[in-house]
Amino acid sequence: MSTVTAQIMPKPSKPWAASPLDRAKTGGIFLAAVLASFAVVASTPLKGKLAYILVFFAAYIMIDFASTFIKVGRQGAVDAVFRAVVTMAIAIAVTPIISILITVWLRGHKGLHIGLFTTDMRSTAYTDPINQGGLLHAIIGTFLLVFFAMIISVPIGILTAIYLTEIRGKFTRPISFLVQAMSGVPSIVAGLFIYAAILLPLTKKLNGIEGSLALAILMIPTVARMSEEVLKLIPSDLREAGVALGGTQWRSVAMVVVPAARSGLITAVILGIARVAGETAPLLLLTGGSGSKNYNMFKDSMGSLPNYIWQCFATGTPESITRAWAGILVLLVIVVVLFAAARTLGNRKVGKK
Amino acid sequence: MSQTLEQSATPIPEKRELTTLPRFSDRVFRGVVTTGGLSSLVILGLILGFLLYNGYSTLRQQGMHFLTGSNWQAVISDSGAFDVKNSHFGLAAMLIGTMIVALIAIAVGVPISVGAATYLTFYAPNAIKKIMVSAIDLMAAFPSVLFGLWGFFVLQPSGEYWAKLIHKYLGFIPFFQLPAPYVTRSPFIAGLVLAIMIIPIVTSVSREIFSQTPLDRIQAAYALGATRFAMLRAVAFPYARSGIVGGVMLGLGRAMGETVAVYTVLNIVYQVNWQILFSAGGNVASMILLKFGEASPNEVKALMAAGLVLFILTLIVNSIANLIVTRTGKSGR
Amino acid sequence: MELTAQAGSLSAITSAREVKEPGNRALGVGLEARGVHAWFGDKHVLSGVSLDFWPGTVTALIGPSGCGKSTFIRTLNRMHEFIPGAAMAGDVLLNGEDIYAPGVDVTKIRLKVGMVFQKPNPFPSMTIAENVLAGLKLAQLKSENKDDLLEECLERAGLWSEVKDRLNTHGGALSGGQQQRLCIARSLAVRPQVLLMDEPCSALDPGSTLRIEETISHLTSSVTIIIVTHNMQQAARVSDYTAFFLSDGGPGQMIEVGSTNEIFSRPKDKRTENYVTGRFG
Repeated sequence: MSTVTAQIMPKPSKPWAASPLDRAKTGGIFLAAVLASFAVVASTPLKGKLAYILVFFAAYIMIDFASTFIKVGRQGAVDAVFRAVVTMAIAIAVTPIISILITVWLRGHKGLHIGLFTTDMRSTAYTDPINQGGLLHAIIGTFLLVFFAMIISVPIGILTAIYLTEIRGKFTRPISFLVQAMSGVPSIVAGLFIYAAILLPLTKKLNGIEGSLALAILMIPTVARMSEEVLKLIPSDLREAGVALGGTQWRSVAMVVVPAARSGLITAVILGIARVAGETAPLLLLTGGSGSKNYNMFKDSMGSLPNYIWQCFATGTPESITRAWAGILVLLVIVVVLFAAARTLGNRKVGKK
Repeated sequence: MSQTLEQSATPIPEKRELTTLPRFSDRVFRGVVTTGGLSSLVILGLILGFLLYNGYSTLRQQGMHFLTGSNWQAVISDSGAFDVKNSHFGLAAMLIGTMIVALIAIAVGVPISVGAATYLTFYAPNAIKKIMVSAIDLMAAFPSVLFGLWGFFVLQPSGEYWAKLIHKYLGFIPFFQLPAPYVTRSPFIAGLVLAIMIIPIVTSVSREIFSQTPLDRIQAAYALGATRFAMLRAVAFPYARSGIVGGVMLGLGRAMGETVAVYTVLNIVYQVNWQILFSAGGNVASMILLKFGEASPNEVKALMAAGLVLFILTLIVNSIANLIVTRTGKSGR
Repeated sequence: MELTAQAGSLSAITSAREVKEPGNRALGVGLEARGVHAWFGDKHVLSGVSLDFWPGTVTALIGPSGCGKSTFIRTLNRMHEFIPGAAMAGDVLLNGEDIYAPGVDVTKIRLKVGMVFQKPNPFPSMTIAENVLAGLKLAQLKSENKDDLLEECLERAGLWSEVKDRLNTHGGALSGGQQQRLCIARSLAVRPQVLLMDEPCSALDPGSTLRIEETISHLTSSVTIIIVTHNMQQAARVSDYTAFFLSDGGPGQMIEVGSTNEIFSRPKDKRTENYVTGRFG
């Protein structure tokens, strides 16, 4: 036992991290399992993609279990198997995402042409060759529908969030509960409601604003809940500082809290838009699917991307289905861009500009 | 009695009511915000009211048959008027079909989601975790029409093959029997599509709950020589159990209300069908969409009643789910 | 002066204790740290600590907050690596074998080197009895007679008489001190060779602290104990050896180690003297 003596500074290391040997071993087991799956599929009646995956997984677990069992015993081997099982679960969970993205690109890019963004379907049938007609009317329609849905739902959603975080009156708990309940309203029910409340008694015709109203119902809970989360993160001393300076609550909220939460609130709105941009069912009931451009929300049926995709799919010829995939590609790009924007904004620290 | 108390001790003064008269601008502010806050109540109330108002005549004519019957016929008499007597609107097959498809989605989707959440919380390296979480959150934003088309064109061919395999090896189980060799657009395939659609919500709720597992308990388990699996079984899973149940209920609610995706991959037939691999199923939401296009005004009323039933059903499931999730989050068990 | 009076009382406490001689070989070679460094990300928090822990003794680690004491004992049973970004260097030998050697089963190390944490952390979903036996269940160890083991561990932790009538109630209902002794009993059930205690009394009232200290002195015959404490009186009361840690803004270092009596009465290093006489820290 001695006090510290001068010595050469050692390098930091992580003895617990997987060593190259461990990695090589994992790779070896992986390879062995792949080989086993090929061997089994070739030599037995088991066939198909599913057979490869199943045999691979079974082989991987068995080899992994056996090798760990020899090294550290049963406990460690069970642990290793569980690890393989949850890794498999995440692999299964992300496979559809990859498959969807690839499918949409492979099938959709064939339908892309510049006319897609400059012409509409006024004088084109869904079954016409793919280089005729375009999506312009649908893009305009979706933009207008979502824009008006946003105008209706954002004030309501953010007011709800402000009520839940700033006022905290006696309705806080029931309202928070109802907002959550509202997020579970099926889209078709929102469509039926607007149909029953507006279209049947009042307008008796399809038009855009009815679609926007239905979308707004679906958008409010998303905006309200996300905004509530963001406002909750604003430290309460900011609010107190505002009030302690003699400001009214209104001024404190409007000039301190909301500006501090600005980027988070924008994120909430963007996520709300992403949620409803591809919503189809209510639009099928309420807006119809005009093939020509319509800038009037209050008159005549209005095309939209989801509606266009739906009509093309329902038509069912090779040309129309390629059109449907091209439409989906455009819609998906919009959704992904919105999502990425929300992520980038949301990752900024709350309270900073 | 209160008098004796007051005599025996120094009188305790009444608590003063703390009041303040807010300035006018604050009163307006509070009024506006409270009105906005109450909108969810108003909207839900209006939905209930309008659907009930429009569906009431159907509910009265059909009575319990609306929930127990399985035939859906809107008869127009020779004179062209709606024939109330011979028209039957029964939702049973659709309700049971909705439950079957949703339960398949839960049975397939929940193990995957909980496993994925476990991996992301307790196993994944940081970089992988970030990418995977973003990917799964992105999936939550995919439009349902996309899931429908993908399910129809990509998943269905594989699904049919799997269905035939299941029928071949597990056909002795009544659920997996086939009255005829048709496996396209079956409840099984619709269930698979819905399973994929609920993965994001169930995964994110489970992940949220898992990440709240108290660190001191995790360390205690490790310090006692637990492997990661033993720690999960002793600490994380018991802690997260009820929250995960809540997440599953949220997923169930989603699966029951989904319209377009199910419509694409489910062949809607008006009979109760328990054979999940067979190309016949029911679904309230998709049925509404299917019938709406050519419905007469009276049939529309029946569809409104169906919408009302679906609304109440999803509202109940979601409310239970939210109660469970909120309580788990708060109690910090 | 008050300062000297305090130092005097500490050395009075320690000189009343008999120092256990190193070399009680019956209990194995013991635990040895050889030039242990630790990092959190780029921050070097512990530098070159070499220290031997003799079987059957109590070693106290003292020093101001942030001097790397807790980090050091967490390297001794490989709990250090749970903190993201953690890294280390040096060797820790348990019975002559490096616990960081490749291929070592970390769970077996933690079975031999148990740990009691700052805050009592019984498993709330388990009963008292289940808590004590939790380690067996977690590590799937076999035990011939669980009832005997349960009684023995609770007895050694000084808790048996208080809980023997309510073994099947939940652990969360106990007081903080009882919970901490329950955690000690839980660690003992897997029969560790070494028990690490990371400020086990910092969340407890003085009465409970005293009970834990009694428990520690009963345990020394069978386990090696390493205790981190901010309370110098406690170090003086329970430990045979004391090591003083200090950070001068950079990584924490061990300044001095010796028998507790020596450290508190005749420290060699000026900084140690300043600390134990209460001039800083």
